[in-house]
Amino acid sequence: MVVMNPSGDIALQQRDLVLLSTGLMLLIIVPVIGLTLFIAWKYRESNTAAPYDPEWHHSTRLEFAVWGAPLAIIMVLGAVTWVTCHTLDPYRSLSRLGPNRPIPAGVKPLEVDVVALDWKWLFIYPELGVASVNELAAPVDRPLAFKITASTVMNSLAMPAIAGQIYAMPGMQTQLHAVINQPGVYDGFSGNYSGAGFSGMRFKVRGLSDADFATWAANARAGDARLTREAYVGLTQPSQNQPVSYFASVDPGLFLDIVDQCAASGDGCKRGDAMHAAMKLAVAEKVLCGPDGKPLPPRQTR
Amino acid sequence: MPTTAELIKFIFGRLTIDALPLDEPIIMGTFVMVALGGLTVAGLITRFKLWGYLWKEWFTSIDHKKIGVMYIVLGVVMLLRGFADALMMRAQQAMSFGSSHGYLPPSHYDQVFSAHGVIMIFFVAMPLVVGLMNLVVPLQIGARDVSFPFLNNFSFWMTVGGAVIVMMSLFIGNFARTGWLAYPPLSGIGASPDVGVDYYIWGLQVAGIGTLLSGVNLVITIIKMRAPGMTLMRMPIFTWTALCTNILIVASFPVLTVVLALLSLDRYVGAHFFTNTLGGDPMMYVNLIWIWGHPEVYILILPAFGVFSEVVSTFSGKRLFGYTSMVYATVAITVLAYVVWLHHFFTMGAGADVNAFFGITTMIISIPTGAKIFNWLFTMYRGRVRFELPMLWTLGFMVTFVIGGMTGVLLAVPSADFVLHNSLFLIAHFHNVIIGGVVFGMFAGINYWFPKAFGFKLEPFWGKVSFWCWLVGFYLAFMPLYVLGLMGVTRRLSHFDDMSLRPWFLIAALGAGVILVGILAFLAQIAVSIMKREELRDLTGDPWNGRTLEWSTSSPPPAYNFAFTPVVHQQDAWWDMKTHGYQRPVAGFIPIHMPRNTGAGLVLAGFATACGIGMVWHMWWLAALGLFVVIGGAIVHSFNEDRDFHIPASDVIAVEGERTEALRNVA
Repeated sequence: MVVMNPSGDIALQQRDLVLLSTGLMLLIIVPVIGLTLFIAWKYRESNTAAPYDPEWHHSTRLEFAVWGAPLAIIMVLGAVTWVTCHTLDPYRSLSRLGPNRPIPAGVKPLEVDVVALDWKWLFIYPELGVASVNELAAPVDRPLAFKITASTVMNSLAMPAIAGQIYAMPGMQTQLHAVINQPGVYDGFSGNYSGAGFSGMRFKVRGLSDADFATWAANARAGDARLTREAYVGLTQPSQNQPVSYFASVDPGLFLDIVDQCAASGDGCKRGDAMHAAMKLAVAEKVLCGPDGKPLPPRQTR
Repeated sequence: MPTTAELIKFIFGRLTIDALPLDEPIIMGTFVMVALGGLTVAGLITRFKLWGYLWKEWFTSIDHKKIGVMYIVLGVVMLLRGFADALMMRAQQAMSFGSSHGYLPPSHYDQVFSAHGVIMIFFVAMPLVVGLMNLVVPLQIGARDVSFPFLNNFSFWMTVGGAVIVMMSLFIGNFARTGWLAYPPLSGIGASPDVGVDYYIWGLQVAGIGTLLSGVNLVITIIKMRAPGMTLMRMPIFTWTALCTNILIVASFPVLTVVLALLSLDRYVGAHFFTNTLGGDPMMYVNLIWIWGHPEVYILILPAFGVFSEVVSTFSGKRLFGYTSMVYATVAITVLAYVVWLHHFFTMGAGADVNAFFGITTMIISIPTGAKIFNWLFTMYRGRVRFELPMLWTLGFMVTFVIGGMTGVLLAVPSADFVLHNSLFLIAHFHNVIIGGVVFGMFAGINYWFPKAFGFKLEPFWGKVSFWCWLVGFYLAFMPLYVLGLMGVTRRLSHFDDMSLRPWFLIAALGAGVILVGILAFLAQIAVSIMKREELRDLTGDPWNGRTLEWSTSSPPPAYNFAFTPVVHQQDAWWDMKTHGYQRPVAGFIPIHMPRNTGAGLVLAGFATACGIGMVWHMWWLAALGLFVVIGGAIVHSFNEDRDFHIPASDVIAVEGERTEALRNVA
C-alpha cells in the first residue's frame, strides 16, 4: 500500500498523520462499536433479568461525557490539523530532506514546471532546458519545486509515493514541494477526472541518483525534438495513452505563456488584449500579494 | 418560405436520428427491456382498468401520505436504475485489466458513473427522504395535511420530471461525461459540446425547483401547523430533523439553481462565468456547487438520524435519552453544514489557514454527531430492546456509520487529504456514510412506517434477508475500496495496468452482487407482504407500541388524519396519552375542511419537463411553450377558487365508526 509505505518525506509525514489521526479516533470508535453490540444484547427483550427503566432519559454526568469525549479528541486532532496544515502546506519550501536531515547549504530546489494536457503530462525542467512527456525524473534527496498548470480542463498532479496531490488548472498556477528519498520508480497520475483519456493519464516518477539523473538529462538533450510553441500546440491536441518522449530544448518563457493561456499565439503574450491585461493587473494589485507584500504574478490560486 | 431542412431544424433543434443509440447493443438491450417492462405495466393497468383509479386517487392527490408514498416509489424505482449503473461500474473495473479493456468504452463508462452519482443522490436518496418526511411529519405534529397541499403535488411531479429528463438521456442522445458535479471547464461548451451536460443541467433544474418548493412547504408546515400544546421542544425528533433538513433545503437549493443557471449562460449564450478566459473562474463553480453540495449531505443524513431516534426509542420501549441534547446536536449540525464546504477541495490550492479552518469546522461536526450516537446507545441502556426489522437496520447503522465517520474525520485533516483525496478511499468513505447512514435509515423508516401507510406490517423473513445482504454486501463492496485507496488508486478509472489491484476489485464486485440480492429481497419482501397482508394486518394503528402521534390514528390513516386535532402535553405525546388513560372520542364529529385534488401539478410539471427537454435539444419553440404554460398556468391556477371542500360529518362518523368497531374486535 503506497500510502502506508511511501518513498518521500512529505508523503511519509502524511502517512504518519493518517496513522495518528486514525489512532486518536479509534480511542472512541472501538468502545462505541463494542458498547453498541453489548448494550443491545444485554438489554434484549428476552433478558428479563436486566433492569428496565422506561422513563430514564437524562443524566447530566453522562451528557458531559458524551459531548466531552468527542470534544477532547477533536481538540487534540484540531491542534494537530492546524500545525500540519502549515508544516505540510504544499506551497511551502521544504525545510528538511527527512527526519533529522536538514537540507545541505547551497542546495537549491529543482524546479519542474508541469502542464496537464489532454490527456498526458508535460514536465519542463528550466534548469536543464529539457522537457519530457509522461515521465518525471528527479534526483533523490534534492528538494523539488513543482509549478503546475493545465491546458484545457482541471486535473490533479498526484504522486502518492512522494507528496500527495494538488490540482492542475488552466489559467492558474499551483505549487507543490516534495522530495524523493529512495531511488526507484513510482506511479504518478491525474487525481481529478478530466475526460475520455483520463485513465491513461499516467506517468512514472523516476527517483534517480545524481549520476543517473545527469545521464537521463543528457539522453533527453540528445534527441531532435524541440519544444517550440508549434510543438506545444501539437501536444495540446487530445491523445490517449501517449508514450514517453523527450524534448532537447524548450522555448524560453513557454510555461508562463501556458499559464496565461496564450502560448499558441506565437508572439508570446504581448498582451495585445488590453482588457485582459488590465484585468490581470487589477487582480494582481488588489488581491494577490506575497508574504513580502509584493504582488504575486497574476492568476495564482493564492 | 423556409426550406424543409430549416423547418426540421426548427422543430427538432439539434435532435437527429443519430441521437438514437442504434449501434450500441448494451443501451438498445436496456431500452428494449425498459420498453417491454413499461408496456407490460401499462398493459396490466389498462387490463385492470386502473388508470382512472391511479389518476383520481394518486396522481392528482394532494394527500401528503399518498404523495409521500409516490416519492418513495419513485426512489425505489430509480434505485434500480442507479444500482444497475453501479453493477456496470463494478463489472467494468473488475474486468478491465492489462490487455483487456472491459466491455465499456470510456465514452460510455464516463456516462455511467456520472449518472450513478446524479441518480443516487437526486432521484433515490432525495425522493426517499422527502417521501418519508411527507408521509410522517404531518401525522407526527397532529396536522391534517401540509401547509400547501397543491404545491406538494407539484413538487413531486417536478421531481419526477427531473427523473424523466435524466432517464431520457439514456436512450436519446447521451448523459454528461463529467462526474456527478459537472465541474467546468470539463462541463463547459468547449470540452462538452454535446447534450450530456444539458440533460444534467435541466434534469437538476426541474427537480431542484420541486425540492426547493417542497422544502418551503415542510418548513412552514412544521412551524405553523403543529397541534396545540406541541411546543418546539415537544416535537418528535424526526420532525426536528425534518425541520432542520428543510431549512437546509431552502437555504442551499437556490445556490444550486443559480450555479447551474450560470453554467447554462456559459454554455448557451457564451458567457464567461466559469471559462478559462475572459475573467471566468472555474474555481468559483467548485466553491458554489459545494456550498450547495455539503448541506445536501446533511439534508440526506439528518432525517435518517431522526428515523433512528424514533426507532431506538420505540424498540427499546423507553424514552429517548437526552432529547434536548439531540435537538441541539441537530441544530448544531445544521448550522455547521454551511461552513465546511471547502473540505471537498483542500487540494485546489487554498492557503494553510483556509484549509485548517475548514478542516477544523468539519471535525467539529463530529462532536454533535458523536453525542447523537452515544444518546442512542444510552436509549437502549436499561431498555427492552426488540430486534424487529427497523431496529436491525438501526444497529447496522450504528456500527457501520461510526467507521464512515472516522474515515470522514480523517479526510477532514487537510494534510492527510492530500494523499487520500479523490482516491477510492474517499469513495469508500462517502458510500460508508450514505449507505450506512441514509440508505439504512430509509430502510429502517420504510419498515417502521409501512404499517402506518398501508395497515399491514412488512414480512420479516425477506426483510431480514434484505438487511443481512445489504450489510454484508456493503462491507464486501467498500472495505476493498478503502484498501485500494491506500494503494493509491484514484476514482473514475476505466482501466488498470497493475494486476495486484485486481483481487480487491473482484471482492468489491462480489459485494455489489450481494447488495443486489439485498435489493431483490426487499422487492420480494414487499411482494410477499402484499400477498400475506391479511396475516400481517394491524388493526390497532399502533403495531410497535409507538410513542408519537402518528400511532394514535388508524392505519392507514383516514384522509383527514385526525377526526379531532390532538392536544399535546408532553414529548412522546401518544405514549403520554396511553399512560394517562386516553379515551378515543367516538361521537361529536363535525365536517372537516380539506383541500381538493387537482391535476394542475402534474400538468404544470409536465410542461416544465417539456421546457427542459426543449432547452436540451435547442427546440426553442418547445422551451418557450413549456415556460409560458408553466408561468401562465401557475397564475391561472392561483385564481382557481374551487380548491377545497368539507368532508361531511356523516362520512367522518362512518369512518370513525369502522375504527371503533375494529378496535373493539382487536380488544
